[in-house]
Amino acid sequence: MYRATIIDFEQGCKCLEAGVSELKRILEEETSETRIDPKQYLELYTTIYNMCIQKHPHDHSQRLYNKYHDIVEHYAKKTVLPCVQQKHDEYLLRELSRRWDHYKVFVKWLSHFFNYLERFFIPQRNYPSLLEVAMKSFRNRVYLEVQVNAKDVVIALIDKEREGAQIDMELLKNVLDIFVQSGMGTIERYKEDFEMFLLEETESYYARKASRWIQECSCPEYMIKSEESLKKEKERVTHYLHSSTESKLVEIVQDILLVSVAKHLLEKEHSGCSALLRDDKTDDLSRMYRLYHPIPKGLEPVADAFRIYVAREGNALIKQAQDAAANGSLVEAQVLVGKIIDLHEKYMVYVMDCFKNHTLFHKALKEAFEVFCNKKVAGSSSAELVANFCDSLFKKSGNDKLSDEAMEATIDNVVKLLDYISDKDIFSEFYRKKLARRLLFDHHKVNKEHETSMITKLKRQQGGQYTSKMEGMVTDMQLAKEFQKGFKGSLTAKPGGIDLAVTVLNTGFWPSYKTSTDLNLPREMVECVEAFKSYYGTKTNQRKLRWLYSHGTCHVIGSFDPKPIELVLSTYQAVVLCLFNNTERLTYQEIIEQLNLSHEDLVRVLLSLSCAKYRILNKEPASKSISTTDVFEFNSKFTSTMRRIKVSIPPPPIDERKKVVEDVDQDRRYAIDACIVRIMKSRKVLPHQQLVSQCVEQLSRMFKPDIKMIKKRIEDLITRDYLKRDAKNHHIFNYVA
Amino acid sequence: MPRTASKTTRKRSKPYTVTSSDTDHVPSASSKTKKSSKENDEKYKLFNKYANTSSGVIDPEGIEKLCSKLKVSHTDIKILMLAWKMKSERQGYFTKAEWRRALKALKVDTTKKLKKALPELEKEVRKPLNFADFYAYAFRYCLTDERQNCIDIETICQLLDMVLGSTFRDQVDHFVDYLKIQNDYKVSTMDQWMGFYRFCNEISFPDMTNYSLELAWPLILDNFFEWMREKQA
Repeated sequence: MYRATIIDFEQGCKCLEAGVSELKRILEEETSETRIDPKQYLELYTTIYNMCIQKHPHDHSQRLYNKYHDIVEHYAKKTVLPCVQQKHDEYLLRELSRRWDHYKVFVKWLSHFFNYLERFFIPQRNYPSLLEVAMKSFRNRVYLEVQVNAKDVVIALIDKEREGAQIDMELLKNVLDIFVQSGMGTIERYKEDFEMFLLEETESYYARKASRWIQECSCPEYMIKSEESLKKEKERVTHYLHSSTESKLVEIVQDILLVSVAKHLLEKEHSGCSALLRDDKTDDLSRMYRLYHPIPKGLEPVADAFRIYVAREGNALIKQAQDAAANGSLVEAQVLVGKIIDLHEKYMVYVMDCFKNHTLFHKALKEAFEVFCNKKVAGSSSAELVANFCDSLFKKSGNDKLSDEAMEATIDNVVKLLDYISDKDIFSEFYRKKLARRLLFDHHKVNKEHETSMITKLKRQQGGQYTSKMEGMVTDMQLAKEFQKGFKGSLTAKPGGIDLAVTVLNTGFWPSYKTSTDLNLPREMVECVEAFKSYYGTKTNQRKLRWLYSHGTCHVIGSFDPKPIELVLSTYQAVVLCLFNNTERLTYQEIIEQLNLSHEDLVRVLLSLSCAKYRILNKEPASKSISTTDVFEFNSKFTSTMRRIKVSIPPPPIDERKKVVEDVDQDRRYAIDACIVRIMKSRKVLPHQQLVSQCVEQLSRMFKPDIKMIKKRIEDLITRDYLKRDAKNHHIFNYVA
Repeated sequence: MPRTASKTTRKRSKPYTVTSSDTDHVPSASSKTKKSSKENDEKYKLFNKYANTSSGVIDPEGIEKLCSKLKVSHTDIKILMLAWKMKSERQGYFTKAEWRRALKALKVDTTKKLKKALPELEKEVRKPLNFADFYAYAFRYCLTDERQNCIDIETICQLLDMVLGSTFRDQVDHFVDYLKIQNDYKVSTMDQWMGFYRFCNEISFPDMTNYSLELAWPLILDNFFEWMREKQA
């Protein structure tokens, strides 16, 4: 509408005030929708608009801006505040919430009226926007007056809710929004006027609960309660608290319920960590993990408890075995090692499931096993026991035999177990010796796949050098077979009428055996030896063969009166029997002179042939032991139901363990020497402690070196002029090039 | 070129400084050669007094004779110090050259004078710098074989007593006790020998509070330390 007249300020205000009153009245009615008559709205808007665009001195923008400010101030101070201040407790909150809603609507419409100011005037002058002005007024006139009381009521309600009561969450949400908004762009008001107090209250609340629960509840019960509490607090945040409060609330609850009581909780006698492990309470353990995982360093006491428990279990197994050994019953390596493997599998499952494969728990498991896996049982180190275990494993036959998968799984377990044993070189020595025996004496029983699988897995974990000799041994057997084919092919006739099979072993790979070249072989066997020697000479260059007759086997046909029987014997046994081809009777002395065997060896052989299961020879006198005056005779009456029998001979009683330990000790000395020289060569100058610690570190893959031994080797190297002490500081070493 | 006016009173260093004249052994420029040969004669005469005429060296018998003349026991440390001074290479024998070296250094040519010079010699040897050298020398001196590099424990015990007995009585007594009862070592190396000397100098005794097993003390001393601790407990 075209107006030619200028609107006077007072005139315009009158119009405004009418509109404002109308607005207030509508708000008081609280109909679901606050509607202003569009005509009135337009009139108000236009009035203000015109007052702004009028030419100077009738441009009333500044006065309108001030007027706006006055209006909201007045409304807040005279309408909102008194209503709120009249009320208490929850009613206070309700009124506050109600008035806040009203105020928001009021400001919204008012801003619409005054909207033109926002377009040019306010930006030009860089004044606070209309909404800002309104918010500020509310804050100053209303919020600051009532916030303390409001806060108290809210917190009281939250406390009630914590105890289980239902409260009006929407109300709280709305009220807390006031706090947030009053920060005017920052979260300060909410934090300082409300959150701070809430956190304080939360702390004391949970402190009370914690001290009661920890006394009354078992560990699982306590954990369930803690989990519940955390859940509830998080819900609280989603329902009506500001999101920034969540992390602080959670931290407080965790701290009070879980961290400060951790020790007490985990060590609870009948329900703590160890009890849970003992009773296989995987749910509770998973809960424990869930609860402590988000807390920094929270899992450490749990992992500790786990480690201690597993170590205790392992130690118990060891003690059991030690006691059994002390009481005389044999240390059955299989049983103990098998039990340790089972223990490992069991607790690995825990680590993977309950403890979600966390590195802390892998480490705990490892440390626990390292504690007891290095203990000795009846003089045998764990390395030896595991090697024995493997030996039995590979020798299993018939019904005892494991399926391929079961075998692979056991091999895996053994290799894992080896990781915990510090004397890995001792294991390798024992294993090698037993492998040699298996390959040489039981080669028809040997399962090549299984043996190679074990060696491959060991290689993967320990490196090629660790398994090189073992691999060499297995390869040797393979090569020997092929070589044997060639040898057979080259023969035109059987040397000495005997089917000869020779296995050539590479000295470097195999354990050292005493040779028995002094043995006087029967003529036929000598022919065999010569035949092979010459063939070997054609195929290889200047290699020397040492013959191990102690390790050979012979099939001999005994022409007994009832019927001929094939005897499977060791070479020594065969050689003794062959003497009786020439004479019926022989004395002990004659035998030993003709053969050139050692007394111990001959006794064993004669025992096996004359006093044991099968009486191939008759002995005079017929006692159970061999004396040097005995006389032996071929037992032509010997017979058996079977057509072929194996006459076993017990192995010589060498103290294998002692020899292995000696050999390994010697190897270690060389290894330490080499290590020291290597380190010094690269570092040139090094203080003693560093040299020792580096040495230990480098050698730890194979064994745990004794510090005293390292010191001794260093002194030896000084005497041999590899190192010398520094002239100025005798605790530093210099490399002597 | 203008000379600098200031004349600093700088003493011109004389090419030949006359030290305190000892005896009539300071060679005057003119009769230097003559006198030295005369001196050497004296020394050789003295040498021949003790030397074995067939071997041409002073052998153990001769040394005994010398010792009795000097009124010292042949196990006296002063004889060892004399050996050190002459850089004698073989235990129990002094060669002509070695003899001359010592007597020249000590500035003596008669047995009487030698006897008088011995206390001075001891003082000199006991000076810390010299003593370390002397101590190491004592070990090498006892090696009987060229290829040998260690000495049996019994000899070590005697040597320790002789060389360190007066200065480190306590340590030597205890250590010798230990050496006699231990079984780990039947011989001792130079490194261990020197180690003990350092031990005496550095470690307070008998409390040994500043000793550490973590350091690079020879293992034999570590064992000694542990043995002492056990005894003290």
